[in-house]
Amino acid sequence: MTSTAPRPISLITGASRGIGAACVQQLQQAGHQLILVARDTTALQALAAPDDLVISADLADESQILACFRQVQQHFGRLDHLINAAGIMQDSALALTKSTSLAAHFQLNVTATFLCCQLASRLMLRQKRGNIVNFGSKVGESGSSGQAAYCASKAAVSGLSKALAKELGPQGIRVNVVAPGFIDTALTAHYHEAQRAQLTSQTALRRLGTAKDVAAVVSFLCSDAAGYITGQVLAVDGGLVL
Amino acid sequence: MQHQELQQSNTQKLQQAFATALAVDPALINDDLAYNSIPQWDSTAHMLLIAELENSFNLLLDTDDIIDMSSVAKARDILIKHGVVFG
Repeated sequence: MTSTAPRPISLITGASRGIGAACVQQLQQAGHQLILVARDTTALQALAAPDDLVISADLADESQILACFRQVQQHFGRLDHLINAAGIMQDSALALTKSTSLAAHFQLNVTATFLCCQLASRLMLRQKRGNIVNFGSKVGESGSSGQAAYCASKAAVSGLSKALAKELGPQGIRVNVVAPGFIDTALTAHYHEAQRAQLTSQTALRRLGTAKDVAAVVSFLCSDAAGYITGQVLAVDGGLVL
Repeated sequence: MQHQELQQSNTQKLQQAFATALAVDPALINDDLAYNSIPQWDSTAHMLLIAELENSFNLLLDTDDIIDMSSVAKARDILIKHGVVFG
């Protein structure tokens, strides 16, 4: 039997590496047509399927976010899924954190996520359905010493997403948060062996997470099987206790 | 399409977008109709209206435009700013 349903159109920010890149691969396998967004065009082009759209954009710049969604509007005219995987994490103790670092965390992790939700929801409203997956973090829920700015920004993403789930739910748009634990990516490459061993011992499954572990949950949230899930923070942390 | 027909068509598209988003008779749509002046044009309908206008005219509005869109007349002005031609 041949399906007549149109291919889902999904936009992934931070698609050039780590969890975002893993989401690209998972959703390509699930048959989605993708819009890959990040600063590194070369990396995006290496990941993109022939009919995917690559958009080079710095999401810390509001005008580039608007230009990105204008391109989506012109190219596709609709959007089914938004995966806000772009993010920044700079570890530093409270006393050593500059306000510029705090602002950078909020600019990318919160403001860019907010603006992408705002613009994507308008494209989704046209068909009265859609799905948004935002990225929180285990540490945004439970805190982590030396990561105050990052934790604050990720906690904000959870609050934002719960509010949007209520505001957009009546229009058929779901909004959820995926909250990874320690995931072995470039973002955490600076952790030394002792730290990794410590985190592994604090994880019930006794291993660190992979980008693929997280992307699998994102793919589930982008499927019809998750059609009755909204306003949730889904931990993908192997049972990590902080 | 002739220029005059295009202008007429855009006026009808504007009227229809409002009627669809607010779920009211197109005959009720006039320049003076304002946000919150009728129960049907509340904040939820405003979201739907923006989506409908963006879809009808194939554009993406700025947040400032959305906040400023307080009447049908204002909506027309904003669309003109984005290159839409009206009679």
